[in-house]
Amino acid sequence: MTVTDRRTPVRGGVGTSAPRPDGVAKVAGRFAFSSDLFADGMVWGHVLRSPYPSARIRRIDVGPALAIAGVHAVVTASDVPGVNAYGLEHTDQPVFAEDVVRFTGEAVAAIAADHPETARRAAAAVVVEYEPLEPLVDAEAAITAAPIHPDGNVFAHLLISHGDPAATGDVVVEGTYEVGMQDQAFMGPESGLAIPADDGGVDLHMSTQWLHVDRDQVASALALPPGLVRMTLAGVGGAFGAREDVSLQVHICLLALHTGRPVKMVFSREESFLGHVHRHPCRMAYRHHATRDGRLVKVEARMVFDGGAYASTSGPVLTNACCFAAGPYAVPNAVVEGWAVRTNNPPCGAMRGFGAVQACFAHESQMDKLAAALGMDPVELRLRNAMQTGDRLITGQLISGTAPVAELIRTCSAAPLPPQDPAPDPMARPGGSGRSADPDRVRRGVGFAVSIKNLMYSAGFDDFSTARVRLADGAATVTCAAAEVGQGFVTLAQQIVREVLQVEDVVISAADTSSIASAGSTSASRQTWMSGGAVEGAARAVLRRREAGETGEIEETYEHHHKPTTPLGADGQGDAHVSYVFAAHRAVVDVDLDLGLVRVVEIATSQDVGRVMNPVQVTGQIEGGIAQGVGLAVMEEIVMDGGLVRNASFTDYLIPTALDMPEVTVAALIEQPEPGAPFGAKGVGEPPTISSSAAVAAAVRDATGLDLPRIPIRPQDIALAGS
Amino acid sequence: MSGSVTVARSLDQALDALRSGPDARLVAGGTDLMVEVNAGRWQPGTLVSVDRAPELRGWHRDGDEIVLGSGLTYAEMERGELARLVPALAQAARTVGSPQIRNAGTLGGNVVTASPAGDTLPVLTALDAVVQIAGPEGTRISPLREFVRGVKRTDLRAGEVVTAVRVPALRGAQEFLKVGTRNAMVISVVMVAVVVDLDGHTVRVGVGSAAPVPVRAPLAEEYVGALVDWERARMDDPTGEVAAQFGELVAQATSPIDDHRSTAAYRRRAVAVCAARAVRRAFQEPESP
Ligand SMILES: Cc1cc2nc3c(=O)[nH]c(=O)nc-3n(C[C@H](O)[C@H](O)[C@H](O)COP(=O)(O)OP(=O)(O)OC[C@H]3O[C@@H](n4cnc5c(N)ncnc54)[C@H](O)[C@@H]3O)c2cc1C
Repeated sequence: MTVTDRRTPVRGGVGTSAPRPDGVAKVAGRFAFSSDLFADGMVWGHVLRSPYPSARIRRIDVGPALAIAGVHAVVTASDVPGVNAYGLEHTDQPVFAEDVVRFTGEAVAAIAADHPETARRAAAAVVVEYEPLEPLVDAEAAITAAPIHPDGNVFAHLLISHGDPAATGDVVVEGTYEVGMQDQAFMGPESGLAIPADDGGVDLHMSTQWLHVDRDQVASALALPPGLVRMTLAGVGGAFGAREDVSLQVHICLLALHTGRPVKMVFSREESFLGHVHRHPCRMAYRHHATRDGRLVKVEARMVFDGGAYASTSGPVLTNACCFAAGPYAVPNAVVEGWAVRTNNPPCGAMRGFGAVQACFAHESQMDKLAAALGMDPVELRLRNAMQTGDRLITGQLISGTAPVAELIRTCSAAPLPPQDPAPDPMARPGGSGRSADPDRVRRGVGFAVSIKNLMYSAGFDDFSTARVRLADGAATVTCAAAEVGQGFVTLAQQIVREVLQVEDVVISAADTSSIASAGSTSASRQTWMSGGAVEGAARAVLRRREAGETGEIEETYEHHHKPTTPLGADGQGDAHVSYVFAAHRAVVDVDLDLGLVRVVEIATSQDVGRVMNPVQVTGQIEGGIAQGVGLAVMEEIVMDGGLVRNASFTDYLIPTALDMPEVTVAALIEQPEPGAPFGAKGVGEPPTISSSAAVAAAVRDATGLDLPRIPIRPQDIALAGS
Repeated sequence: MSGSVTVARSLDQALDALRSGPDARLVAGGTDLMVEVNAGRWQPGTLVSVDRAPELRGWHRDGDEIVLGSGLTYAEMERGELARLVPALAQAARTVGSPQIRNAGTLGGNVVTASPAGDTLPVLTALDAVVQIAGPEGTRISPLREFVRGVKRTDLRAGEVVTAVRVPALRGAQEFLKVGTRNAMVISVVMVAVVVDLDGHTVRVGVGSAAPVPVRAPLAEEYVGALVDWERARMDDPTGEVAAQFGELVAQATSPIDDHRSTAAYRRRAVAVCAARAVRRAFQEPESP
């Protein structure tokens, strides 16, 4: 791509497995995560949370907490100087509850004290008189129930009507599917450090996904001009969507301004589970119509997503689920209705896959059902309907970019199946270390799934990123506010600058809100494209000046935009998306039929990547995403009981261990450069999660012969299916 | 919040330190106690650390019995001569937590925590283990089935230390099966231990996570004990009916509950399946190498 006057290309450019600049420090334990922050004279913050999913607050008395030695401040709703609300789409979530609490874990007060333990004791000493109310926990009921918030119970209601809504097919299959509430389960709990400044502002060091949007929400709540809230990215220990919403940002800034001291807060694991959004649990009723020879005629779907107490990104999540309700297939007719509603369950929002995960489980389950009804091979059925460039989504939008769906299906299904080990290590059987399996009662199953998802923000959102590149003394410095959350943007930024400027020494400066404008969110698989594009643009501008003969220091700032999108119309039609990414997964599982325990043996995958920017990082995203997909398929669920979270800890919220993680076989990385994408590269972070869950579920069905319309599949769903 | 730690270098030092006040508490591996502290369920007062007290460490044979020091770690139970002598305990130990937990966690801690999900408890129950206790008034013994009184409740009195757990050295197969919804590092949904005593002509079963305390299943034990050919140490069960019936009888001895980890119905089923598999494994022909 780059025209250069050099003879030997620089090391660590685009396409190489350049090492991460923060890799060694992370592996050696020297990397400072946000929970490692420290400032002289700092005090510790702690949030008091509601123990009820729904209650009226009768009275709050902070006196007993303030009386405890070592307590510096206790703040409640009445201390919020600005708007007592935040939210990514709608500002409907109070910084502190005022008259009512709407979910278990809602913030009621915050304390600053000389020690975290003092702060915790002070929180226990705050007197809050609650009048518990009957919680609204059923999403379907919420549609018509009395509103539990002034903004009503419906976050979004969407209708898509595509083609002929009255069309019918010779063969019709129906199913109702459910997805449980998954958590992002990142390792590094929410944490940050707020330092009051002499100018009346505050410096906030925080692990987050989008600095500038956090800043604006903090400034609004504190009634400060945005320029007086200066945010710097602190080391992020994983995100997966859970750091998109404000968690403790406002609380610690408010405490810092109240106490005049730096305030640090680190969530406990339990608070982390209560204090961030989760993946939407949902119920999806489907009907597929097809011709006898296996061509899709129409897809009908009705989806109800439980958004919990506050809006967060429920609207866009639902839009995604509806847009991709039919999957990566060409479907001439569709009728889709979606609801995202408010309940007294924990708020739900962004998580890797963002609405496409739920839809994928349903549409892929339906494709298998349809294949069975047609007596057709499920892979063949998918191939017959595979979307390609020039087809239209059910929103009527033309797929103008690359869509190598058929290649993905062919390469993934052609991967050799793992051999049946005649004498497997007992630890590698279902049940693992519990050695509960009886080899005679273990059945193998194979399942297949394919997915589609959008890249970047959609529906008219003005999405952009900004980057600055400075070239001086043969070294380049990149300034960009893109949040490095572990995905490796810092590596890619170096690779891009090396590639364009042919300098090896590239330094990534700290991401903050003072030095540069927004980079947008590290989500929607967008940073490689958006901030990668901004870095490339800035580097090319520098290159042009150098090639024009300029010497000495050269600095350029570039703002990268993608092509514009529009919101969906009333019939759910419109050009809402920028680009799409596809993946195929084949799962092989062993199931203990009597105990219902599952061991995922292997996942083979083919992924549409546009261009491999960094092979090791692509593999990392694929393996990590599959771990999360396997988790959702067989174990990861926040267990709710009447609005109470029953397993807010890693003791009982189970994520896969090394014994649960399958072999991952990358059958193919399809490199078809995406028009408009920097270097032709598509984001790679989300697809591995989206169809891997559906593939595992299909494999378990294959092994057991059961319907299994819900993930995660629990042992009792299999073992007690007959009774 | 004021806390202190006394490192006891002998049993006597530990007993002395416990006398220092009502808020004094023993800590061995700390893998249960620190979870309590972190969850705010217990505010550290005086901690008496016993992992350097030699009287509590290791194990030894005493005639027909094996004396397991309360400070025995899972890593020590998992391998070597002890694993050969009490294979079900070794297998239970292998299922506990992660290597870090198995290096720190102890038998005494598991017994005193007395969680229904304590993994060693079904094995010790099947073995009719006896708990040895030292206290201000001297030493005493308490059979495990009396020592564990309820969910996380024991017969341990103020100032007392569990010094050891005695189990018989038996001739015969031993099995331990644990069910959880993850393949490692998981709190059990149920577990079943089966111990065969070829000299006493008994088959003994202990079940965990399926009642407030670990349970035995006398009807099941009698049923299968009567059907074993003790001369050949074989159970004639070509169709698997005996094992299945044994499993059903074991399940009937339990009283499981619904909770966030599983359901009572699944637990009952899983106990039946695991008990049947355990007894079949215990009497199957050894696989030719
Ligand atoms: C991540 C993790 C995973 C785990 N996984 C499992 C598992 O799979 N299975 C399982 O059964 N458990 C598990 N546990 C629980 C725990 O590890 C075990 O119960 C362990 O045996 C506790 O032993 P300890 O030495 O650490 O006890 P400690 O925490 O030191 O003590 C526990 C209790 O026993 C008392 N105590 C200790 N020693 C004595 C003594 N000699 N005399 C009198 N009282 C005493 C203490 O005062 C305290 O009340 C897990 C814990 C963690 C943190």
